Amino acid sequence: MSFSDTVRHSYQSDIEGIKTTGLFKEERYIHSPQSSEIEVEFPVGSQTKKCINICSNNYLGLSSHPEVIAAAHAGLDARGYGMSSVRFICGTQDIHRELENRLSEFLGTEDTLLFPSCMDANAGFFEACLNEQDVMIADRLVHASIVDGMRLCKAMQDTYKHSDMSHLEEKLQEHQDKRFRMVITDGVFSMDGDMAKLAEIVALAEKYKAMVFVDDSHATGFIGKTGRGTHEHCGVFGKIDVITTTLGKALGGASGGCVSGRRELVEMCRQRARPYLFSNAVAPVIVGGALKVLDLISTTTERRDKLEWNAEYWRGLLKEAGFDLKEGHTPIVPVMLYDAKLAQDFARDLFDEGVYAVGFFFPVVPKGQARIRTQLSAAHDKHHLDTAIEAFKKVGKKHGILGLGKKELVAKFAA
Amino acid sequence: MDEITKVVRDYIIREYVQEGDDREISETTPLLSSGLVDSFSMVSLLRFLEKKYAIHIPDADATPEAFDTVQRIVALVRRFHRAGVGSV
Repeated sequence: MSFSDTVRHSYQSDIEGIKTTGLFKEERYIHSPQSSEIEVEFPVGSQTKKCINICSNNYLGLSSHPEVIAAAHAGLDARGYGMSSVRFICGTQDIHRELENRLSEFLGTEDTLLFPSCMDANAGFFEACLNEQDVMIADRLVHASIVDGMRLCKAMQDTYKHSDMSHLEEKLQEHQDKRFRMVITDGVFSMDGDMAKLAEIVALAEKYKAMVFVDDSHATGFIGKTGRGTHEHCGVFGKIDVITTTLGKALGGASGGCVSGRRELVEMCRQRARPYLFSNAVAPVIVGGALKVLDLISTTTERRDKLEWNAEYWRGLLKEAGFDLKEGHTPIVPVMLYDAKLAQDFARDLFDEGVYAVGFFFPVVPKGQARIRTQLSAAHDKHHLDTAIEAFKKVGKKHGILGLGKKELVAKFAA
Repeated sequence: MDEITKVVRDYIIREYVQEGDDREISETTPLLSSGLVDSFSMVSLLRFLEKKYAIHIPDADATPEAFDTVQRIVALVRRFHRAGVGSV
Protein backbone atom coordinates (compact mmCIF):
# COMPACT_ATOMS: atom_id res chain seq x y z
CA MET A 1 0.00 0.00 0.00
CA SER A 2 1.44 3.29 -1.02
CA PHE A 3 0.39 6.75 0.02
CA SER A 4 -1.89 6.95 -3.01
CA ASP A 5 -3.58 10.04 -4.38
CA THR A 6 -6.87 8.86 -2.91
CA VAL A 7 -5.34 8.60 0.56
CA ARG A 8 -3.61 11.96 0.18
CA HIS A 9 -6.81 13.67 -1.02
CA SER A 10 -8.73 12.24 1.87
CA TYR A 11 -6.30 13.79 4.37
CA GLN A 12 -6.17 17.03 2.41
CA SER A 13 -9.93 17.23 2.63
CA ASP A 14 -9.80 16.68 6.42
CA ILE A 15 -7.21 19.45 6.75
CA GLU A 16 -9.33 21.79 4.63
CA GLY A 17 -12.26 20.96 6.89
CA ILE A 18 -10.23 22.03 9.92
CA LYS A 19 -9.36 25.29 8.14
CA THR A 20 -12.96 25.94 7.07
CA THR A 21 -14.22 25.60 10.63
CA GLY A 22 -11.57 28.07 11.80
CA LEU A 23 -9.83 25.50 13.98
CA PHE A 24 -6.53 25.27 12.14
CA LYS A 25 -3.59 25.80 14.47
CA GLU A 26 -0.37 27.41 13.32
CA GLU A 27 2.91 27.42 15.19
CA ARG A 28 4.68 30.72 15.69
CA TYR A 29 8.45 30.52 15.73
CA ILE A 30 10.13 32.11 18.72
CA HIS A 31 13.73 33.15 18.25
CA SER A 32 14.57 33.77 21.91
CA PRO A 33 14.47 31.92 25.25
CA GLN A 34 11.10 31.69 26.98
CA SER A 35 10.50 34.84 29.00
CA SER A 36 8.27 37.87 29.58
CA GLU A 37 9.57 39.32 26.32
CA ILE A 38 10.11 37.13 23.28
CA GLU A 39 11.14 37.49 19.63
CA VAL A 40 8.38 36.06 17.44
CA GLU A 41 8.41 35.24 13.73
CA PHE A 42 4.81 35.37 12.54
CA PRO A 43 3.69 34.76 9.92
CA VAL A 44 6.47 32.40 8.87
CA GLY A 45 9.13 34.22 6.88
CA SER A 46 8.41 37.65 8.33
CA GLN A 47 10.82 39.75 10.38
CA THR A 48 10.87 38.78 14.04
CA LYS A 49 8.93 41.03 16.36
CA LYS A 50 9.61 41.70 20.03
CA CYS A 51 6.48 41.01 22.09
CA ILE A 52 5.37 40.94 25.68
CA ASN A 53 4.44 37.32 26.30
CA ILE A 54 1.26 36.96 28.30
CA CYS A 55 0.27 33.39 27.44
CA SER A 56 2.98 31.04 28.69
CA ASN A 57 2.91 28.61 31.59
CA ASN A 58 6.20 30.06 32.79
CA TYR A 59 4.46 31.05 36.03
CA LEU A 60 7.55 31.45 38.19
CA GLY A 61 9.77 32.80 35.44
CA LEU A 62 12.20 29.91 35.90
CA SER A 63 12.25 28.65 32.31
CA SER A 64 15.38 30.64 31.55
CA HIS A 65 16.65 31.34 35.06
CA PRO A 66 20.48 31.43 35.11
CA GLU A 67 20.78 29.10 38.13
CA VAL A 68 18.44 26.57 36.52
CA ILE A 69 20.38 26.73 33.26
CA ALA A 70 23.66 26.26 35.16
CA ALA A 71 22.25 23.27 37.04
CA ALA A 72 21.00 21.76 33.80
CA HIS A 73 24.49 22.17 32.30
CA ALA A 74 25.96 20.48 35.36
CA GLY A 75 23.44 17.62 35.04
CA LEU A 76 24.38 17.22 31.40
CA ASP A 77 28.10 17.11 32.24
CA ALA A 78 27.76 14.79 35.20
CA ARG A 79 25.16 12.30 33.96
CA GLY A 80 25.15 12.64 30.17
CA TYR A 81 22.63 13.61 27.52
CA GLY A 82 20.27 10.65 27.34
CA MET A 83 19.51 7.37 29.06
CA SER A 84 18.75 5.27 25.97
CA SER A 85 16.50 3.17 28.13
CA VAL A 86 13.22 3.00 29.94
CA ARG A 87 13.45 3.34 33.71
CA PHE A 88 13.15 -0.32 34.67
CA ILE A 89 15.84 -1.65 32.32
CA CYS A 90 18.82 0.65 32.71
CA GLY A 91 17.30 4.13 32.74
CA THR A 92 17.18 5.01 36.43
CA GLN A 93 19.98 7.18 37.79
CA ASP A 94 20.48 8.22 41.39
CA ILE A 95 19.26 11.71 40.46
CA HIS A 96 15.91 10.38 39.20
CA ARG A 97 15.23 8.90 42.62
CA GLU A 98 16.54 12.03 44.31
CA LEU A 99 14.11 14.17 42.31
CA GLU A 100 11.22 11.83 43.14
CA ASN A 101 12.04 12.06 46.85
CA ARG A 102 12.32 15.84 46.67
CA LEU A 103 8.94 16.08 44.91
CA SER A 104 7.32 13.88 47.59
CA GLU A 105 8.71 16.16 50.27
CA PHE A 106 7.56 19.31 48.44
CA LEU A 107 4.05 18.00 47.71
CA GLY A 108 3.61 16.33 51.12
CA THR A 109 3.07 12.84 49.72
CA GLU A 110 4.34 9.33 50.46
CA ASP A 111 6.03 8.61 47.14
CA THR A 112 6.48 9.94 43.60
CA LEU A 113 7.14 8.45 40.17
CA LEU A 114 8.44 10.52 37.26
CA PHE A 115 6.79 10.31 33.84
CA PRO A 116 7.87 11.83 30.52
CA SER A 117 5.05 14.36 30.97
CA CYS A 118 1.96 14.94 33.08
CA MET A 119 -0.05 14.02 30.00
CA ASP A 120 1.59 10.58 30.30
CA ALA A 121 1.03 10.46 34.06
CA ASN A 122 -2.69 11.09 33.54
CA ALA A 123 -2.88 8.73 30.58
CA GLY A 124 -1.28 5.89 32.58
CA PHE A 125 -2.55 6.28 36.12
CA PHE A 126 -6.17 5.11 35.94
CA GLU A 127 -5.61 1.93 33.98
CA ALA A 128 -2.81 0.97 36.37
CA CYS A 129 -4.80 1.53 39.56
CA LEU A 130 -8.51 0.90 38.90
CA ASN A 131 -10.55 -1.87 37.28
CA GLU A 132 -14.11 -2.75 36.30
CA GLN A 133 -15.20 -3.01 39.93
CA ASP A 134 -14.45 0.70 40.46
CA VAL A 135 -15.83 4.06 39.39
CA MET A 136 -14.10 7.29 38.37
CA ILE A 137 -16.13 10.44 39.02
CA ALA A 138 -14.59 13.43 37.26
CA ASP A 139 -15.32 17.14 37.18
CA ARG A 140 -16.62 17.98 33.69
CA LEU A 141 -13.82 20.45 33.03
CA VAL A 142 -10.84 18.23 33.78
CA HIS A 143 -7.91 18.37 31.39
CA ALA A 144 -8.03 16.38 28.14
CA SER A 145 -5.21 14.10 29.32
CA ILE A 146 -7.35 12.92 32.24
CA VAL A 147 -10.22 12.21 29.86
CA ASP A 148 -7.85 10.13 27.73
CA GLY A 149 -6.55 8.27 30.78
CA MET A 150 -10.08 7.50 31.96
CA ARG A 151 -10.99 6.20 28.51
CA LEU A 152 -8.15 3.70 28.71
CA CYS A 153 -9.38 2.39 32.05
CA LYS A 154 -12.02 -0.33 32.53
CA ALA A 155 -13.56 1.30 35.61
CA MET A 156 -16.97 2.92 35.18
CA GLN A 157 -16.77 6.56 34.09
CA ASP A 158 -18.99 9.26 35.49
CA THR A 159 -18.83 13.03 35.69
CA TYR A 160 -20.21 15.85 37.82
CA LYS A 161 -21.03 19.43 36.87
CA HIS A 162 -18.07 21.72 37.18
CA SER A 163 -17.34 22.34 40.87
CA ASP A 164 -20.94 21.43 41.80
CA MET A 165 -20.58 19.74 45.16
CA SER A 166 -24.20 18.63 45.51
CA HIS A 167 -24.00 16.95 42.10
CA LEU A 168 -20.77 15.24 43.17
CA GLU A 169 -22.49 14.07 46.36
CA GLU A 170 -25.35 12.57 44.32
CA LYS A 171 -22.82 10.68 42.21
CA LEU A 172 -20.96 9.40 45.26
CA GLN A 173 -24.23 8.17 46.74
CA GLU A 174 -25.17 6.52 43.46
CA HIS A 175 -21.92 4.57 43.29
CA GLN A 176 -21.76 3.17 46.80
CA ASP A 177 -21.97 -0.34 45.36
CA LYS A 178 -18.57 -0.02 43.70
CA ARG A 179 -15.34 -1.43 45.18
CA PHE A 180 -13.45 1.88 44.98
CA ARG A 181 -14.63 5.39 44.12
CA MET A 182 -12.20 8.01 42.88
CA VAL A 183 -13.07 11.71 42.63
CA ILE A 184 -11.01 13.32 39.89
CA THR A 185 -10.38 17.02 39.46
CA ASP A 186 -7.88 19.59 38.32
CA GLY A 187 -6.51 21.73 41.16
CA VAL A 188 -6.63 24.88 39.05
CA PHE A 189 -8.71 24.64 35.88
CA SER A 190 -6.58 25.69 32.96
CA MET A 191 -9.19 27.46 30.85
CA ASP A 192 -11.17 29.30 33.54
CA GLY A 193 -8.39 29.78 36.09
CA ASP A 194 -10.68 28.84 38.98
CA MET A 195 -9.73 26.48 41.79
CA ALA A 196 -11.32 23.18 42.76
CA LYS A 197 -13.17 23.22 46.09
CA LEU A 198 -10.71 20.74 47.49
CA ALA A 199 -11.70 21.07 51.15
CA GLU A 200 -15.30 20.17 50.28
CA ILE A 201 -14.20 17.42 47.92
CA VAL A 202 -12.01 15.85 50.60
CA ALA A 203 -14.88 16.07 53.13
CA LEU A 204 -17.27 14.36 50.70
CA ALA A 205 -14.64 11.76 49.85
CA GLU A 206 -14.24 10.95 53.54
CA LYS A 207 -18.01 10.76 54.03
CA TYR A 208 -18.55 8.45 51.06
CA LYS A 209 -15.27 6.54 51.23
CA ALA A 210 -13.70 7.75 48.02
CA MET A 211 -10.14 8.50 46.96
CA VAL A 212 -9.22 11.94 45.62
CA PHE A 213 -7.13 12.56 42.50
CA VAL A 214 -5.91 16.08 41.70
CA ASP A 215 -4.02 17.26 38.62
CA ASP A 216 -2.18 20.25 40.01
CA SER A 217 -0.21 21.17 36.90
CA HIS A 218 -1.45 24.78 36.94
CA ALA A 219 -0.75 25.15 40.67
CA THR A 220 2.42 23.35 41.75
CA GLY A 221 5.08 25.87 42.70
CA PHE A 222 2.87 28.89 43.29
CA ILE A 223 -0.63 28.20 44.67
CA GLY A 224 -0.75 28.12 48.47
CA LYS A 225 1.32 30.22 50.88
CA THR A 226 4.51 28.29 50.14
CA GLY A 227 3.55 27.25 46.62
CA ARG A 228 2.90 23.57 47.36
CA GLY A 229 -0.32 23.60 45.39
CA THR A 230 -4.09 23.73 45.60
CA HIS A 231 -4.12 21.32 48.55
CA GLU A 232 -2.03 23.77 50.57
CA HIS A 233 -4.29 26.68 49.60
CA CYS A 234 -7.44 24.74 50.57
CA GLY A 235 -6.06 23.45 53.89
CA VAL A 236 -5.97 19.77 52.89
CA PHE A 237 -2.22 19.29 52.58
CA GLY A 238 -1.42 15.60 53.10
CA LYS A 239 -5.02 14.53 52.46
CA ILE A 240 -4.95 14.06 48.70
CA ASP A 241 -4.48 10.44 47.63
CA VAL A 242 -3.01 11.18 44.21
CA ILE A 243 -1.48 14.35 42.80
CA THR A 244 -0.28 14.47 39.23
CA THR A 245 1.72 17.45 38.17
CA THR A 246 4.24 18.70 35.66
CA LEU A 247 7.78 20.00 35.46
CA GLY A 248 6.72 21.63 32.20
CA LYS A 249 5.07 24.74 33.61
CA ALA A 250 6.15 26.59 36.76
CA LEU A 251 8.92 24.14 37.66
CA GLY A 252 11.32 25.18 34.92
CA GLY A 253 9.02 24.44 32.02
CA ALA A 254 11.17 21.87 30.20
CA SER A 255 9.26 18.59 30.30
CA GLY A 256 8.46 15.72 32.63
CA GLY A 257 5.63 15.03 35.01
CA CYS A 258 4.82 12.76 37.91
CA VAL A 259 2.32 10.75 39.88
CA SER A 260 2.71 11.53 43.58
CA GLY A 261 0.65 10.16 46.44
CA ARG A 262 -0.14 7.01 48.39
CA ARG A 263 2.81 4.61 48.27
CA GLU A 264 0.80 1.68 46.93
CA LEU A 265 -0.80 3.69 44.13
CA VAL A 266 2.60 4.97 43.04
CA GLU A 267 3.95 1.42 43.15
CA MET A 268 1.05 0.22 40.96
CA CYS A 269 2.08 2.87 38.43
CA ARG A 270 5.70 1.70 38.62
CA GLN A 271 4.52 -1.83 37.85
CA ARG A 272 1.74 -1.17 35.35
CA ALA A 273 1.50 2.36 33.96
CA ARG A 274 2.26 1.95 30.29
CA PRO A 275 3.57 5.45 29.50
CA TYR A 276 6.09 4.96 32.33
CA LEU A 277 6.99 1.42 31.33
CA PHE A 278 7.42 2.10 27.64
CA SER A 279 8.94 5.60 27.52
CA ASN A 280 12.51 6.68 28.05
CA ALA A 281 13.57 8.04 31.41
CA VAL A 282 13.44 11.82 31.82
CA ALA A 283 16.78 13.17 30.51
CA PRO A 284 19.46 13.93 33.15
CA VAL A 285 19.72 17.52 31.99
CA ILE A 286 16.06 18.06 32.94
CA VAL A 287 16.44 16.25 36.24
CA GLY A 288 19.39 18.50 37.13
CA GLY A 289 17.42 21.64 36.27
CA ALA A 290 14.34 20.49 38.18
CA LEU A 291 16.35 19.76 41.34
CA LYS A 292 17.63 23.35 41.23
CA VAL A 293 14.08 24.64 40.74
CA LEU A 294 13.02 22.81 43.92
CA ASP A 295 15.98 24.34 45.77
CA LEU A 296 14.96 27.82 44.63
CA ILE A 297 11.28 27.56 45.48
CA SER A 298 11.83 25.74 48.78
CA THR A 299 14.09 28.44 50.19
CA THR A 300 12.02 31.52 49.36
CA THR A 301 8.46 32.36 48.34
CA GLU A 302 9.64 35.54 46.64
CA ARG A 303 8.74 34.40 43.13
CA ARG A 304 5.27 33.08 43.94
CA ASP A 305 4.60 36.25 45.95
CA LYS A 306 5.56 38.39 42.98
CA LEU A 307 3.38 36.26 40.72
CA GLU A 308 0.45 36.70 43.10
CA TRP A 309 0.96 40.47 43.08
CA ASN A 310 1.24 40.53 39.28
CA ALA A 311 -1.97 38.53 38.88
CA GLU A 312 -3.99 40.80 41.16
CA TYR A 313 -2.52 43.93 39.56
CA TRP A 314 -3.28 42.65 36.05
CA ARG A 315 -6.85 41.73 37.01
CA GLY A 316 -7.32 45.20 38.41
CA LEU A 317 -6.01 46.84 35.23
CA LEU A 318 -8.28 44.77 33.00
CA LYS A 319 -11.34 45.42 35.18
CA GLU A 320 -10.65 49.12 35.33
CA ALA A 321 -10.35 49.17 31.54
CA GLY A 322 -13.81 47.60 31.27
CA PHE A 323 -13.09 44.02 30.21
CA ASP A 324 -15.35 41.13 31.18
CA LEU A 325 -13.26 38.65 33.22
CA LYS A 326 -13.73 35.20 34.69
CA GLU A 327 -13.48 35.73 38.42
CA GLY A 328 -10.65 34.01 40.25
CA HIS A 329 -7.44 34.38 42.21
CA THR A 330 -4.90 32.55 40.09
CA PRO A 331 -2.40 33.75 37.45
CA ILE A 332 -4.80 32.54 34.74
CA VAL A 333 -6.97 35.53 33.84
CA PRO A 334 -9.44 34.85 31.01
CA VAL A 335 -10.71 37.92 29.16
CA MET A 336 -14.16 36.86 27.98
CA LEU A 337 -15.16 37.72 24.42
CA TYR A 338 -17.67 34.86 23.82
CA ASP A 339 -17.42 35.08 20.02
CA ALA A 340 -14.80 32.85 18.31
CA LYS A 341 -14.03 35.23 15.46
CA LEU A 342 -13.69 38.17 17.81
CA ALA A 343 -11.24 36.15 19.93
CA GLN A 344 -9.12 35.40 16.86
CA ASP A 345 -9.23 39.01 15.62
CA PHE A 346 -8.47 40.34 19.07
CA ALA A 347 -5.38 38.12 19.46
CA ARG A 348 -4.14 39.14 16.00
CA ASP A 349 -4.60 42.84 16.82
CA LEU A 350 -2.80 42.42 20.13
CA PHE A 351 0.11 40.87 18.28
CA ASP A 352 0.23 43.90 16.01
CA GLU A 353 0.46 46.00 19.17
CA GLY A 354 3.35 43.91 20.53
CA VAL A 355 1.46 41.65 22.93
CA TYR A 356 1.47 37.91 22.42
CA ALA A 357 -1.76 36.28 23.65
CA VAL A 358 -3.92 33.54 22.17
CA GLY A 359 -7.64 33.30 21.50
CA PHE A 360 -9.37 30.13 22.71
CA PHE A 361 -12.66 28.91 21.34
CA PHE A 362 -14.68 25.72 20.77
CA PRO A 363 -13.74 22.88 21.08
CA VAL A 364 -11.02 23.96 23.54
CA VAL A 365 -13.70 25.83 25.52
CA PRO A 366 -17.50 25.39 25.24
CA LYS A 367 -19.30 27.07 22.32
CA GLY A 368 -20.09 30.71 23.02
CA GLN A 369 -17.31 30.95 25.62
CA ALA A 370 -14.46 32.23 23.44
CA ARG A 371 -11.79 34.21 25.22
CA ILE A 372 -8.25 35.48 25.38
CA ARG A 373 -6.54 33.53 28.14
CA THR A 374 -3.90 35.70 29.76
CA GLN A 375 -1.35 34.14 32.07
CA LEU A 376 0.91 35.98 34.43
CA SER A 377 4.51 35.21 35.27
CA ALA A 378 6.92 36.22 37.99
CA ALA A 379 9.13 37.21 35.05
CA HIS A 380 6.73 40.09 34.33
CA ASP A 381 7.65 43.40 35.81
CA LYS A 382 5.08 46.12 36.43
CA HIS A 383 6.13 47.97 33.28
CA HIS A 384 5.31 44.91 31.14
CA LEU A 385 1.78 44.89 32.46
CA ASP A 386 1.39 48.65 32.15
CA THR A 387 2.45 48.39 28.50
CA ALA A 388 0.29 45.35 27.81
CA ILE A 389 -2.85 46.99 29.21
CA GLU A 390 -2.45 49.91 26.82
CA ALA A 391 -2.47 47.43 23.92
CA PHE A 392 -5.56 45.70 25.37
CA LYS A 393 -7.34 49.03 25.74
CA LYS A 394 -6.47 50.11 22.20
CA VAL A 395 -7.70 46.82 20.71
CA GLY A 396 -10.73 46.79 23.00
CA LYS A 397 -11.66 50.27 21.83
CA LYS A 398 -11.20 49.27 18.18
CA HIS A 399 -13.73 46.45 18.62
CA GLY A 400 -16.04 48.60 20.75
CA ILE A 401 -16.17 46.18 23.67
CA LEU A 402 -14.87 48.14 26.64
CA GLY A 403 -17.42 48.30 29.43
CA LEU A 404 -19.63 45.62 27.89
CA GLY A 405 -20.86 42.67 29.96
CA LYS A 406 -21.65 39.16 28.74
CA LYS A 407 -25.15 39.97 27.46
CA GLU A 408 -24.02 43.05 25.53
CA LEU A 409 -21.02 41.27 24.07
CA VAL A 410 -23.08 38.29 22.94
CA ALA A 411 -25.74 40.55 21.43
CA LYS A 412 -23.20 42.76 19.66
CA PHE A 413 -21.43 39.90 17.92
CA ALA A 414 -24.46 37.68 17.30
CA ALA A 415 -25.58 40.02 14.55
CA MET B 1 -44.75 16.93 25.08
CA ASP B 2 -45.19 13.23 25.85
CA GLU B 3 -44.01 11.60 29.05
CA ILE B 4 -40.77 10.07 27.79
CA THR B 5 -39.73 13.31 26.05
CA LYS B 6 -40.34 15.17 29.29
CA VAL B 7 -38.30 12.65 31.31
CA VAL B 8 -35.34 12.83 28.90
CA ARG B 9 -35.43 16.64 28.66
CA ASP B 10 -35.70 17.06 32.43
CA TYR B 11 -32.77 14.71 32.97
CA ILE B 12 -30.61 16.59 30.48
CA ILE B 13 -31.36 19.93 32.11
CA ARG B 14 -30.70 18.55 35.59
CA GLU B 15 -27.58 16.64 34.63
CA TYR B 16 -25.84 18.88 32.11
CA VAL B 17 -26.96 22.49 32.25
CA GLN B 18 -24.63 24.37 34.57
CA GLU B 19 -26.14 26.75 37.10
CA GLY B 20 -26.30 30.24 35.59
CA ASP B 21 -26.46 28.87 32.04
CA ASP B 22 -29.75 30.22 30.73
CA ARG B 23 -29.94 28.27 27.47
CA GLU B 24 -33.24 26.69 26.47
CA ILE B 25 -33.36 22.98 25.76
CA SER B 26 -35.98 22.04 23.18
CA GLU B 27 -36.58 18.67 21.54
CA THR B 28 -34.27 19.66 18.68
CA THR B 29 -31.51 21.54 20.52
CA PRO B 30 -28.14 20.03 19.54
CA LEU B 31 -26.63 18.45 22.62
CA LEU B 32 -23.31 16.92 21.63
CA SER B 33 -22.52 18.96 18.55
CA SER B 34 -23.13 22.13 20.58
CA GLY B 35 -20.75 20.97 23.28
CA LEU B 36 -23.42 20.92 26.02
CA VAL B 37 -22.94 17.17 26.46
CA ASP B 38 -19.57 15.68 25.57
CA SER B 39 -19.17 12.10 24.50
CA PHE B 40 -17.54 11.41 27.85
CA SER B 41 -20.39 12.57 30.05
CA MET B 42 -22.87 10.96 27.65
CA VAL B 43 -22.17 7.78 29.61
CA SER B 44 -24.33 8.92 32.53
CA LEU B 45 -27.22 9.65 30.15
CA LEU B 46 -26.91 6.20 28.60
CA ARG B 47 -26.88 4.59 32.03
CA PHE B 48 -29.91 6.62 33.13
CA LEU B 49 -31.92 5.56 30.07
CA GLU B 50 -31.00 1.90 30.41
CA LYS B 51 -31.94 1.87 34.08
CA LYS B 52 -35.10 3.94 33.78
CA TYR B 53 -36.54 2.02 30.82
CA ALA B 54 -34.99 -1.39 31.51
CA ILE B 55 -33.41 -1.52 28.07
CA HIS B 56 -29.94 -2.22 26.72
CA ILE B 57 -28.55 0.11 24.06
CA PRO B 58 -25.54 -1.57 22.40
CA ASP B 59 -22.37 0.52 21.99
CA ALA B 60 -22.77 0.45 18.20
CA ASP B 61 -26.10 2.29 18.54
CA ALA B 62 -25.06 4.69 21.28
CA THR B 63 -23.43 7.06 18.80
CA PRO B 64 -22.97 10.80 19.27
CA GLU B 65 -25.40 11.32 16.36
CA ALA B 66 -28.08 9.19 18.02
CA PHE B 67 -27.72 11.24 21.20
CA ASP B 68 -27.57 14.67 19.62
CA THR B 69 -31.11 15.84 20.37
CA VAL B 70 -33.88 14.95 22.80
CA GLN B 71 -35.95 13.86 19.81
CA ARG B 72 -33.32 11.38 18.62
CA ILE B 73 -32.73 10.03 22.11
CA VAL B 74 -36.46 9.40 22.52
CA ALA B 75 -36.53 7.58 19.17
CA LEU B 76 -33.61 5.44 20.27
CA VAL B 77 -35.28 4.54 23.56
CA ARG B 78 -38.52 3.65 21.77
CA ARG B 79 -36.65 1.46 19.29
CA PHE B 80 -34.95 -0.58 21.97
CA HIS B 81 -37.99 -0.69 24.13
CA ARG B 82 -39.92 -2.35 21.33
CA ALA B 83 -37.11 -4.84 20.96
CA GLY B 84 -37.18 -5.84 24.62
CA VAL B 85 -39.13 -5.41 27.81
CA GLY B 86 -39.70 -2.47 30.11
CA SER B 87 -42.22 0.29 30.45
CA VAL B 88 -42.03 3.48 28.42
